[in-house]
Amino acid sequence: MALDNVPRTAAGEPAQAKQNEASVGKRAHLGVGSFILLALGAFVFLFPFYYMFIGSLQTSPDTSVAGAFPNPANLTPENYANINGSINLLTGLANSGIFTGGVILGTVLFGILVGYALAQMQFRGRGVVFGMLLLVQMVPFQLLLIPLYVMIVRDYGLSDNYLGMILPFAINSTAVFVFRQYFLQLPSTLFEAARIDGASELRILWQIAIPLVRPAIVTAILLTFIGPWNEFLWPFLVTKDAAMQPLAVSLANYISNIAATAANPFGAILAGACVLAAPAVALFIFFQRQFISTNIGSSVKG
Amino acid sequence: MTRPGSTGAPLQVSNLEGKGPKGQRKRPALLGAQPLGLLFSAPYVLYVLGVLAFPLGYAVYISLHQFYFTAPGVQVDRPFVGLDNYVTVLSDPQVQRSFINIGIFLVINVPLTVGLSLVLANALNRVQKLRTFFRVSYYVPYVTASVAVVGVWLFLFQQNGLVNSLLGPLAPNPSWLVNSWLAMPTVALYVTWKQLGFFILLYLAALQNIPDELYESASVDGGNKWIQFWNITVPGVRSASVLVTLLATITGANLFTEPYLLTGGGGPDGASASPVFLMYQKGILQGNPDVAAALGVVLVIGVLLVTLIQKRLVGGKED
Repeated sequence: MALDNVPRTAAGEPAQAKQNEASVGKRAHLGVGSFILLALGAFVFLFPFYYMFIGSLQTSPDTSVAGAFPNPANLTPENYANINGSINLLTGLANSGIFTGGVILGTVLFGILVGYALAQMQFRGRGVVFGMLLLVQMVPFQLLLIPLYVMIVRDYGLSDNYLGMILPFAINSTAVFVFRQYFLQLPSTLFEAARIDGASELRILWQIAIPLVRPAIVTAILLTFIGPWNEFLWPFLVTKDAAMQPLAVSLANYISNIAATAANPFGAILAGACVLAAPAVALFIFFQRQFISTNIGSSVKG
Repeated sequence: MTRPGSTGAPLQVSNLEGKGPKGQRKRPALLGAQPLGLLFSAPYVLYVLGVLAFPLGYAVYISLHQFYFTAPGVQVDRPFVGLDNYVTVLSDPQVQRSFINIGIFLVINVPLTVGLSLVLANALNRVQKLRTFFRVSYYVPYVTASVAVVGVWLFLFQQNGLVNSLLGPLAPNPSWLVNSWLAMPTVALYVTWKQLGFFILLYLAALQNIPDELYESASVDGGNKWIQFWNITVPGVRSASVLVTLLATITGANLFTEPYLLTGGGGPDGASASPVFLMYQKGILQGNPDVAAALGVVLVIGVLLVTLIQKRLVGGKED
């Protein structure tokens, strides 16, 4: 029912966006009021990011209204050096990258396999696997917190270990759903023909199916990326060693423990925040265009 | 029959069989036409069983026993204690307070999320200029780490922050995040802002399913924009509204990072402590995983009940 709609919307959305651009003229035209509303919304959403950046460059925090505008006399890159002195930004970024990369690798590799199997292969138990995929979306993470901690940290001894960080997120089920949706849209006759010609399933997958669903891979990577890159609670629980902590965790530790003793705590916090936010924001803005123009229909027909 | 699950040559034989179920051999393949599908699904199935299904049962087991943390391989006695941990959890005033807090959070967050995301998605759906710009700017908070944006919210909402400078004499005292009446509403506002972009996208997709003819005939009949909005748009996206309500509630019940960082550990005086924050505090900091697991079970049951009621209320007659 309701919950299984999420991935479908995520996958269907790009194609729909394009249709929508064509049909937009038919609908009631946008009034001035609505446009002001949209602009106001954009301001409310973007201003904190602008303020984050300005704040990260201030020598001393200026919280007056004038402080929202860049003041050449109060600008410095010093905060970035300060935060880097307390928490090693590069180590943090590398750890975040390994954590996120591991999850993306697991999701793309195993997600494509199961997504393809669910969409284009007939085998006993397929219904069970699909049922699993739907149920997983409803598993509440808060219930898993304690048992996973007991298992991974205490029983397997995987604290301060990349595998321990990655394991609970290893295969993103929403991405699996996206893969299945895209593979389903390919004509099954294509695969039947290849099988008659004697191609092995792996070869069919690698040479026929995957090249046709490249947009799905981009979608799945974007979808998967935001999870581990921004995740705080789990890596916070499993990493005590600062050299193993993803940036989100080391920055959070800085905010809650160290910041109070710094000369310009907010400058340093905001500098760290900019470094943590930049990759996700950049990635999303960069792929935004592809995200919209992705149209599975054309790649199947072509 | 070929050996199922084995790769290489036998596979192709089974493929040929599978191609025509009514083919040369009448015997239907025991594991289906492409038994290799089982192998393809195996990693995912193992992942789900090992990392999700087993811990789910384990959580219930832990909550029913007196459970201690041990070093790997150490055996200790963990006696069955029935519902003792649940009694401990439910009679704990801190826990009761955290459920009230999350209630306050949901009462503010959910209606605000549903209302604002629908209104903004509706406007976004009709805008022609700057469409991509608006889409991206709404989505940016959602794709950014909460830890990062918490930093700037702390800066904005501190005692002498920009928000209070703008408000001047109207600024609350004590300030937002250290005021026991305002801490939870501020957290709720923060989460609404952070998540809104995702829900706008959900609504945007749902809005595509409303046929244009409905709007055309309404405008022919003289229905103005408000009438169209209430009589076509709102009923047209009802199933999306159910989804947004449920997802916002589930996300809200998982609240941890914000009370941990924004209000410095559920402060002031537990006024913004969330159940998941208490799970962390009781389970991992204080070493009572059994109590924390029981709290997790109670929380999940609570969320389940709330979402069932919401589904009835928002879904209306259709469900």
